Amino acid sequence: MLSDALIITRREVRDSLRDWRIVAPILILTLIFPWIMNLSTRLAINFVEQYNATIIPLRLVPFAVMIVGFFPISFSLIIALETFVGEKERSSLEPLLDTPISDASLYLGKLLAAMIPPLFASYLGVAAYLLGLYLSIQYVPEWSVLFQILMTTTMEALVMVSGAVVVSSHTTSVRAANLLASFIIIPMAFLLQGESILLFWGQYDVMWYILALLLVADVLLIRTGIRTFNREEILAREIDELNLGAIVRLFRRFFLGAHFSIARVYRDDVPRLLRENRLPIATTLGAMLIALIGGWVFALWFPLPADLIGSIKIDPELIRQQTAFSGNSILPRLDAGAIFFYNLRSLLGFALLGLFSFGSLACLPMVTTMGLVGFIIGEIRVLGMDGVVFLAAALLPHGVIELPAAILATAFALRAGASIIAPPPGVTAGENLMRALADLVKMILFVVLPLLALAALIETNVTPQILIWLYGR
Amino acid sequence: MPPLIETLELTKQFDTLTAVDHLTFTVAEGEILALLGPNGAGKTTTVRMLSSILKPTSGSARIAGHDVVQDARIVRHLIGHLTEFPGLYLRMRPLEYLDFFGELQHMPRATRCARAEELMKHFELWDARDRRLGEFSKGMRQKMALIRAMLHAPRVLFLDEPTSAMDPHSAKQVRDAIATLRGSGHTIFLCTHNLYEAESLADHIAVIRRGKLIAFGAPAQLKRDLLGLPLWQVRLTRPLNQPWPYLNGHLQIQAQDDISLSYHTASPEITNPLLLRQLQAIGADVLTLQEVPRSLEEVYLRLVQDSSGQSGNQ
Repeated sequence: MLSDALIITRREVRDSLRDWRIVAPILILTLIFPWIMNLSTRLAINFVEQYNATIIPLRLVPFAVMIVGFFPISFSLIIALETFVGEKERSSLEPLLDTPISDASLYLGKLLAAMIPPLFASYLGVAAYLLGLYLSIQYVPEWSVLFQILMTTTMEALVMVSGAVVVSSHTTSVRAANLLASFIIIPMAFLLQGESILLFWGQYDVMWYILALLLVADVLLIRTGIRTFNREEILAREIDELNLGAIVRLFRRFFLGAHFSIARVYRDDVPRLLRENRLPIATTLGAMLIALIGGWVFALWFPLPADLIGSIKIDPELIRQQTAFSGNSILPRLDAGAIFFYNLRSLLGFALLGLFSFGSLACLPMVTTMGLVGFIIGEIRVLGMDGVVFLAAALLPHGVIELPAAILATAFALRAGASIIAPPPGVTAGENLMRALADLVKMILFVVLPLLALAALIETNVTPQILIWLYGR
Repeated sequence: MPPLIETLELTKQFDTLTAVDHLTFTVAEGEILALLGPNGAGKTTTVRMLSSILKPTSGSARIAGHDVVQDARIVRHLIGHLTEFPGLYLRMRPLEYLDFFGELQHMPRATRCARAEELMKHFELWDARDRRLGEFSKGMRQKMALIRAMLHAPRVLFLDEPTSAMDPHSAKQVRDAIATLRGSGHTIFLCTHNLYEAESLADHIAVIRRGKLIAFGAPAQLKRDLLGLPLWQVRLTRPLNQPWPYLNGHLQIQAQDDISLSYHTASPEITNPLLLRQLQAIGADVLTLQEVPRSLEEVYLRLVQDSSGQSGNQ
């Protein structure tokens, strides 16, 4: 399999290196950009050293290495995005598909071909930058940090390429592939910002976790790519034009179905959607459970001093004050409408982020909430009280309704985010995204909204009474 | 000869569109089958299924006894496919391009080099071997694509419009090459709109419309089936002053005047000599007696129109 893949890789790499539109920017980013960065770094170091801020250059260089390394690999996305669909548009794909090469070899060959030149340029750029620094200011990097950055860069290239190859093999035109690329670029931008903060902050240990997460993402994406890559589907679909009208019609078709009625939604659609989305629901539940346990373990590792917390005592006056509280940017006022809109806004906001992060960021509110819940239970246990009773009183009355709503919204957003890179057989990436969005909207409108409204009413009127009854005396 | 290509109720459905609808036919080893049909009739989909690129929705197809779904990789070794568009890698040079496809077919390096040289010389492209494919003319590109399809000496060749972009000289070269390949035992599946090409090369013609096989047979047989008995015409050197001899009803007269007679006959080998003798007996001098040529185009147009009428009635 690998030998066949390498035949494809060799040809494609040679072809890329003959294309000045790829070679010129890579050369600039490999040779000229590191030199400019080198100059900037030295200027910055000279400047901050006037004020004895020696820590800044120490933190600046790893960040600059990351940037120098990342720019060339951004080209891997361009190469990968057009790898299948571009060949299809140029009619050169069919002769390739006529050969005895297996689907997996073809996929791997293209994947490697899209990665190798930009990655090589990236390593070369980093080497040029560091060599320049060594020759000018005798800077020697911390080898473990350099290793982390190079590995992270490699893993990022693999994430972008494997995602882009999936997109390329499930779209019908280069234009469509480029538009869908934003679903890869945006999460990478978030990731880079996160890495930048960590590097400036000097939290190099956390980089190992990022590396591990990227590795998992790589394995998942490559596995998805090999599983969903199918020469039949690439050729069976004719190239079409993307237009808003067609997108709206597609959405309507998935949302309304053949015969739309509210009764039908509750009788047929909702049970079907729940069955079809068992995997994202299970994934959400799994992530929540891990967060719950993580929060609890964290509380055991870092118990708060008992005198800091004291025993739990809830003053009815506090509840009254909270009801009168006008709310702020973080917490809502304690009334049903405010809670309802707050919860809805959070879920929708993270669902939107989920769309641009392969679904992962959609899980963030639930994971954070459950982490906090686990932490609180743990702390209460440390105090010698029954955390489960507190949880039952503070969360369960409304949580029994609110949690399923949030889990469903999260699971469907997770699926929508992942839909780009995991289209089922016979469906393009765009169609799969539209189908997932239609299902998400249907679920939110007909299930999540009513449940959230009911939960908000209970949270305002019932939960405080139970808490006062239990802890107010 | 055992069939090298066999299809049985071969069907391909794309959503609500039935692109190929229960096709059943066979092509024997060393034969050429021309597949005709209007645009969108399902020709390319049929070839893609036979090339193991598309999976049939139902029915089956075998190439040299190998199932196109189960033994897809073997089938792709056995076939060569000239696609509708040449689809070359334009930044590559010809030998490098052919080497790439030869390697994918697992041909030894020496064999693929020798074969590439042989074919490039045959198609008069050898002198252009150092140019990039992007610098080739349309016809040269089509020839390169044909060489690519023939490189690994496949037992079955699928040719989709092989001469569509070629000048008459190049087109003749390709037709000659196809005829030579048939002579050496290759089986050829030819999709074309060029009816002259189909008629001059094919042993059998298949006509499909809206995915359905509407005619299959040898060109002469199709003409007979669809256009009736061959039409003969006798012309005299001067007008005849008496009635034409009718040979006791053996001739079905199509048209006549005092200098020519057009007729159908079921047994020309008997009736034509008899007619000539009778004309001689009455003193008529015969200038010519010949079969009126009937083109495949007539057959094709009649088939397509009939089929269209039937669909319209449905």
